[in-house]
Amino acid sequence: MTDRTGPAAEPLLEARGVKKYFGAITALNGVSFHVAPGEALGVVGDNGAGKSTLMKVLSGLYTPSEGELYFAGSPVKFHSPRDARKMGIEMVYQDFALAGNMPIYENIYLGREPGRKFAGLTIIDRDLARRMAAEHLDKLKIHVKSIDQNVEELSGGQRQAVAIARATAFDAKVVIMDEPTAALAIKEVGKVLDLIKSLKEHGVAVIIISHRMDDIFYCCDRVMALYQGANFADAPLKDTNRNEVIGWIMGTKGHTQSFAHDKVQH
Amino acid sequence: MLGNSPRISSFLEHYGIVVIVVAMMAFLYASRPDVFMSLANLTNIIKQNATLALLALGMFVVIVTAGIDLSVGSVMALGMMCLAVTAKAGVPWPIVILIGPLVGITAGLVNGLGLTVLRLPHPFIMTLGTLNIARGLSSLITEGAPVSGLGREVRYLGQANYDFGFFPPPTGLPASLFVVGISAVGMWFFLNRTSMGRHIFAIGGNPHAARVSGINVDRVLVYVYAISGFFAGLGGLLLAGRTDSGFPLAGQNAELDAIAAVIIGGASFFGGRGTVLGVMAGVLIMGLMRNGLNLNNVSPFWQQILIGLVIIAAVYIDVLRRHAAVRR
Repeated sequence: MTDRTGPAAEPLLEARGVKKYFGAITALNGVSFHVAPGEALGVVGDNGAGKSTLMKVLSGLYTPSEGELYFAGSPVKFHSPRDARKMGIEMVYQDFALAGNMPIYENIYLGREPGRKFAGLTIIDRDLARRMAAEHLDKLKIHVKSIDQNVEELSGGQRQAVAIARATAFDAKVVIMDEPTAALAIKEVGKVLDLIKSLKEHGVAVIIISHRMDDIFYCCDRVMALYQGANFADAPLKDTNRNEVIGWIMGTKGHTQSFAHDKVQH
Repeated sequence: MLGNSPRISSFLEHYGIVVIVVAMMAFLYASRPDVFMSLANLTNIIKQNATLALLALGMFVVIVTAGIDLSVGSVMALGMMCLAVTAKAGVPWPIVILIGPLVGITAGLVNGLGLTVLRLPHPFIMTLGTLNIARGLSSLITEGAPVSGLGREVRYLGQANYDFGFFPPPTGLPASLFVVGISAVGMWFFLNRTSMGRHIFAIGGNPHAARVSGINVDRVLVYVYAISGFFAGLGGLLLAGRTDSGFPLAGQNAELDAIAAVIIGGASFFGGRGTVLGVMAGVLIMGLMRNGLNLNNVSPFWQQILIGLVIIAAVYIDVLRRHAAVRR
């Protein structure tokens, strides 16, 4: 984590003219996107604006119908989340996507278990996995009673922390978070946002989808708005304000004082 | 209450089922001290339940993924018929003994591919189909006639008994006990210590989590049904050895016994939970119950009713325990 780069650096992950169709439905209609190392980007938009679809394209869960992805300047194609993860692109899902019936440490290394390879299987080194999990959680300042606890025994905030720990377990370059605070108790939100800030300080590009302006304005450097499957607005956080961003979500531009809501209706 | 001490409740959580098995044995011993603990009876219990134990091990892996394999009884019969016919045809025994498990693996691959490639909505449907297909094929091979006289080597795993110069013949430790023991230990290692074993549990716990963790869920499911088929075929080999025959109606309703043993053993029908030890205990509980009721001259009709009640009671205890333990 020595080579820290500022937000002004070359884009780490970029999408150009991405389109995604589901049958007759156009979810993304030529969206472009970029994020730099150490940058926290907030992505906003109304329901159905294409935020989640874009994130699923970036994390390899969907393949784009048209358009290209670039990672560190070179074109890439992801056929599955596994491909994206190999490049260091990780996604934290809104429902956390953890296996509740398994312990914390197994969830962190699920699909990437440390151990000896033998006849296509990995014979898991459980002591090593435990030790790695404990060290990693320590580094992120996440405290749990025991790494052997099953995830179903944890609170929402603890689960979110485990999901973030899994996303960052192997030198992640880009972490995508879908509504990271939506399922949390209020007192847990601050901890998770601070965790996001510390990822950014470690040079990770963080992408946050959120409906909560408080989250965006607390930890992002830049905000980008989608509207009806297309780019609508994009600005550094210091050049905009909450009302303007809310206006973008509604599909209106150019007013900052009154609620965008009023403008739509005239 | 017992639940107040974390150590006792943790012990019961993991080994409570073994306590039940021991209690049952003590009860049966008390009811028929002369017969139950006789070596002949114990040897018999093991031999009779070896096939069920193998089917239950295969069923367990499937149930851990929240699936079900209704075809195991028929696939066992198909494997048994195929190996019996080839044995009679004079094929060398080292090939014959592979035929049962190979037929099982093939049937399992069909189940797995049907589920993942045809995208049938639930494994119940695919395996209900193969249940009928495999049963029909087993009868078709000989037009429904049983085949007997398989040869010593083919019968070995199902029939051999080791007396170790200690047990008076015909008692002893049956070879099938070792087959089951090795299978159970192998299964335990596979499920708990290898990546694919853990992926199987993850798929049962949260298939979405497994998928986004880079696990190829479809590929794992195909392996899972192949494993279940393999154990059905191996069960067919043991049963053919024990009975010195192949009969097309073997293993009718065996899938339901296997499911019952897995569920009594504490595995969750909704996937992601259960232990190999529990499954083995579930098999023993069913076997001991049948044996004990037989020894005490209880009619088979009552046996069926009691097994039904035990299934319901076992799952209800599990519901209560989980309700107390898991945070919602």
